[in-house]
Amino acid sequence: MRMIQPDFRIVIDQEKCRKCGRCSFNCGFGALRFSDRVIPEPEKCAGCHRCVSFCPEQAITVELNPLAFRPNDNWTPGHIKAIYKQAETGGILLTGMGNDKPYLIINDHLLLDACQVTNPSIDPLREPMELRTYLGRRPEKLEFKKDAGKWKPAGPPPSTLKVELPILFAPMSYGSISYNAFQALCMAAKELDTLMYTGEGGLPKELYPYGGHIILQVASGRFGVHPESLNIGVGTQIKIGQGAKPGIGGHLPGEKIPSHISKTRMIPEGTDALSPAPHHDIYSIEDLRMLIYALKEATGYKPVCVKIAAVHNVAAIASGIFRAGADQVYLDGFRGGTGAAPFITRDHLGIPVELAVAVVDQRLREEGIRHLGTIVAAGSVRSAADAVKLIALGADAVAIGTAALVAMGCHLCQKCHTGNCSWGIATQKPELVRRLDPEWAAERLVNLVRGWEHEIKDVMGAMGINAIESLRGNRERLRGLGLDHETLKILGVKPAGAPMG
Amino acid sequence: MENIMEVGREVLIPRREEEKVIIDARDVHYRDLNGQIRELAQEGASRIELGNVNGQRYLGAGLTEKDLQISIHGTPGNDLAAFMDGPRIEVFGNAQDAVSNTMNSGKVIIHGHAGDVLGYGMRGGRLYVRGNVGYRVGIHMKAYQKQAPVIIAGGTAGDFFGEYMAGGILVLLGLERKPEEKIVGDWVGTGIHGGAIYLRGEVERHQLGKEVGIAEKIPDQEMKELTALLQDYCREFELDPEEISDKPFLKLYPFSARPYGKLYAY
Ligand code: SF4
Ligand code: SF4
Repeated sequence: MRMIQPDFRIVIDQEKCRKCGRCSFNCGFGALRFSDRVIPEPEKCAGCHRCVSFCPEQAITVELNPLAFRPNDNWTPGHIKAIYKQAETGGILLTGMGNDKPYLIINDHLLLDACQVTNPSIDPLREPMELRTYLGRRPEKLEFKKDAGKWKPAGPPPSTLKVELPILFAPMSYGSISYNAFQALCMAAKELDTLMYTGEGGLPKELYPYGGHIILQVASGRFGVHPESLNIGVGTQIKIGQGAKPGIGGHLPGEKIPSHISKTRMIPEGTDALSPAPHHDIYSIEDLRMLIYALKEATGYKPVCVKIAAVHNVAAIASGIFRAGADQVYLDGFRGGTGAAPFITRDHLGIPVELAVAVVDQRLREEGIRHLGTIVAAGSVRSAADAVKLIALGADAVAIGTAALVAMGCHLCQKCHTGNCSWGIATQKPELVRRLDPEWAAERLVNLVRGWEHEIKDVMGAMGINAIESLRGNRERLRGLGLDHETLKILGVKPAGAPMG
Repeated sequence: MENIMEVGREVLIPRREEEKVIIDARDVHYRDLNGQIRELAQEGASRIELGNVNGQRYLGAGLTEKDLQISIHGTPGNDLAAFMDGPRIEVFGNAQDAVSNTMNSGKVIIHGHAGDVLGYGMRGGRLYVRGNVGYRVGIHMKAYQKQAPVIIAGGTAGDFFGEYMAGGILVLLGLERKPEEKIVGDWVGTGIHGGAIYLRGEVERHQLGKEVGIAEKIPDQEMKELTALLQDYCREFELDPEEISDKPFLKLYPFSARPYGKLYAY
């Protein structure tokens, strides 16, 4: 008996099929058997469209399995199938990628302003537009001293990081993603003169040459963290939480720890890489300060970023993080992606990043400490429009994870936790990893970000803004459509139709 | 915003005595002190002696000079030898929390007691404490190939000893215990999935995490390795190895390298 019916149906047009077997070879999930002809095993299909993309005859269609349950808005097929699975296994249900539930998407209810008649717009093709961004702590005051008749800065310059555009690559660990995907991110970060966060799997030695664009993550498992790796990057990131699974640790299953991952993480092959839920040396803001300064001491005072999931009390926590000495706070919204997370935490914990950015920016301004550090926003930045809106809400920069994977071929099949990614991204199987060419993937990443860069400049021009700095926290240029009064108040945004001033 | 923790004495004049560099750390801010140590280390100093240390944090943090020896008189602050990779540090006094945090290699000798969360994520090197240690000692220590961390404490330990342990060796000697005093607290080895814990004393089952097994006996080869470590420990503290070997050791080990392998459904 089979209680759970397949999600997808694979239809092969046997007329068109020339029996090359390419689809079968390409499916990472083993859903297409080949003996004389293609025999689908739909219960294994993830809906990743690898086979469809590689069929030379366009003979494959993957569609939702029409074997539907009777429509029921309360007992959705998702609920019913989950119960079947748990009744069978007694386990915690795992998934990959970000929250897919139909919660309100605030960014889709925010509209940007444009110039008309009374204020001129700017043509970004003919006039300079400044997207350069400095990440980190701004000095309390600037001091100068006279040196041989010339005024010179009195102290060392603040340890800010310069990026050419406010789009960074979000932390996705080497382990959760393949070497080739990880390398592509390094290459693209360098080409774009921006930064990437490593995630908690450390940085493979062969990628040390990209150190100038790397922020090394220190998570509760401390995998791959040692003086050499700490010093190779331009800064470090303490990971407290992740949007897809706030408050729980990481767990890279033993199957995903082959020898090369074990080398970078520095743990034996085949054991589970467990990251405890908390850092056991951090139980308070004072303890966080201790780790921040331990990292600063060990790296010659390179900037330290603290990554937290956007949770209900995020504003107070972020304020504490800056007061503890961090140079950057990284806010990961509840729609952020993951290589593996329980459904229950992915879909039900945390708050949208739009709200988190707004309340953190507001709180820091009210406390007079907004200059203490940078806000990086992440957790489902799907487009340049999302990026612009988050910056207008108060972020200094955004980080993209899922969008970067999609640029490399990810089809959001949500099966990253199985390690079978047909696209060679979320897998450690050599035969799958091999199919992702880092050069090709890096080029696509660069193209994506360049495309967004043009779009950002376009809307800035339309708003009459020529430096991204003037857009930061500029909520007057945002209006909300279809958002309730309380939400608008928390966002600090007026309803659409409300005039300026 | 004035940062009170960053105010300190500005001028530091190290004194040189033959091959030794002596620094008076009285009232010196940790940042200046560490800066000075780092500079000396990079210049190739092989022996540094710190006097009047009083709570300065992060001493030795991130140092990688293999031949460097630092001796500390007084009480160093938290995160002593954090991320350290090579040097030897000897403390003539007590130490505070988080000694050898994420340490990679090197040796730390504490002649007194030490605090909580020692050797968190420690990946190599040795930490010897003569006296008692606090809570959460040896959390998430891990080993890789030949590189394995070792912590030996002469006295007792608090709760969560060896929690989440993934590799390496933890030894507790329970010397100079009061009668009835337990050698270790509760929740020993909770979540352990690698490495081994040796106790010179008794524990009751309820003190252990559910992932912990008690070995019936310690294999000869393992006992030999343990004895070698203990001899090294005794050498550092001028103890008589005979005194330690008068009582048997109990070995605790993880039931599985994958304690949570069956927790999830795909
Ligand atoms: S899992 Fe992907 S490659 Fe395999 S059959 Fe389904 S859509 Fe095709
Ligand atoms: S990374 Fe691979 S496995 Fe994960 S959602 Fe994308 S295509 Fe699927």
